[in-house]
Amino acid sequence: MQRFPCPFCGLRDEREFHFVGELGKTRPDTSGPVSDEDWAHYLHMHRNEKGCVREVWMHTTCAELFAMERDSVTMEVLGTTQLRKDAS
Amino acid sequence: MKDYSALKLIREGLTGQKGWRPAWQTPEPKPSYQAVIIGGGGHGLATAYYLAREHGLKSIAVVEKGWLGGGNTGRNTTAIRSNYFYPESAALYDFSVRLYEGLSKELNYNVMFSQRGMMVTAHSHHDMEMAARQYNAMRINGIDAELIDADGVRRRVPLLNFRDDARHPIHGAVVQPRGGTGRHDAVAWGYARGADSLGVDILQNCEVTGIIKEGGRATGIETTKGVIRAEMIGATVAGHSSILADMAGFKLPIHSYALQAFVSEPLKPVLDTVVLCPAHATYVSQSDKGGIVFGGGLDRVPSYGQRGNMPVQEVVVGALTEMMPALAKVKLLRHWGGIVDVTPDSSPIIGPSGIDGLTLNCGWGTGGFKAIPAGGWLLAHHMANGRHHEISRPFDLARFTTGRLVDESAASGIAH
Repeated sequence: MQRFPCPFCGLRDEREFHFVGELGKTRPDTSGPVSDEDWAHYLHMHRNEKGCVREVWMHTTCAELFAMERDSVTMEVLGTTQLRKDAS
Repeated sequence: MKDYSALKLIREGLTGQKGWRPAWQTPEPKPSYQAVIIGGGGHGLATAYYLAREHGLKSIAVVEKGWLGGGNTGRNTTAIRSNYFYPESAALYDFSVRLYEGLSKELNYNVMFSQRGMMVTAHSHHDMEMAARQYNAMRINGIDAELIDADGVRRRVPLLNFRDDARHPIHGAVVQPRGGTGRHDAVAWGYARGADSLGVDILQNCEVTGIIKEGGRATGIETTKGVIRAEMIGATVAGHSSILADMAGFKLPIHSYALQAFVSEPLKPVLDTVVLCPAHATYVSQSDKGGIVFGGGLDRVPSYGQRGNMPVQEVVVGALTEMMPALAKVKLLRHWGGIVDVTPDSSPIIGPSGIDGLTLNCGWGTGGFKAIPAGGWLLAHHMANGRHHEISRPFDLARFTTGRLVDESAASGIAH
């Protein structure tokens, strides 16, 4: 089994992790009207890149969301960073 | 083209097998074609064949980065069926089954379509109610179907687990008698040979590196063998559709995942139908060579690596040994992974890409093999006529904006 590094728990079995989505998508501003095209783009359209990808993952055992950078061909993990804003 | 026959076989046997010709040629690319199809798998080759055969196009090329049928066409479990819930899907996949039924004769090439039946088991009282619903939907959709009880399942597939302590006891099943399996390579090779005989240039080892756009219209492709101009371009690149879309400057509602499958050492005949156990999310058939061919769900991590990974392997192999405990000690021979293009509703995308001159056939996800003849036919129809065939209209890319999804992933409750 491959092991992914959770920024909070360290290296853990890949089966503890859940793919959430691509990193960097911005939800349309719903304080005004949003066109069908913009919603569809936000909901459904993906970069789905080959090679280096940046994604949001969840470590299901600690329930933390974090960003993972990895290679979608070799499956090598290039790094993970927490998505929490610093409490201070 | 119609030169394969029993008589020819006997004549060649008596004369030292000297008269066979290559099934297709290996031409150099021309500077321009009327139509270029990107992707030399089943869908691409079928598209080229039907463009030539049904629409009379004279100048067509199929561009393939590797070898014919080396992607998902050569990496599936060869099941062919149309047991779908929604009328749109049933029309699409049954069109494909009907084309498969005549394909060996049409292509003068044995694609070994064996209508040995497709069985989807039910494992509880509630499963049986859903099975009845599925059966009714199929019959309303005009698809052949049977609803059978546990004794019926036991008579047809005694290999299944009928022990009292089975994890998922069998209560019955829905069967599509016209479902079955085909020979994956033969489908690609048969279409390639048919297309070649109609004048299609099949360009292997020719990778597309860019889409040429002029005035917002796709007018050609850049390849490792130079620039090729085209009046129209069709894309049939499955799991790599997002890469192609990126070259042309748009995005698709697709995630690419590896889907893996397995084949065992050859056994004497033990299983004469295709069986899917939804409770195990695993399906199995036996090939004509005797191998137990089986697979399960998608890998959990989006991927372009054409290989499987251990967690899913463990689940699928474990499920098979629970479904059919007698197979527990059978040795695996090979296992493989293909990159499949998964859409939000598990239905394909056929039609305009949004870029003039570029038409799409993608998003088949885990079930593209069974749809090869229909996918090729419908893409060819759209390219030649500039508009949808009635069967492909519901599968337009625009459905993700209008919200009119054909959500088979929710409706059928079966692996795709």
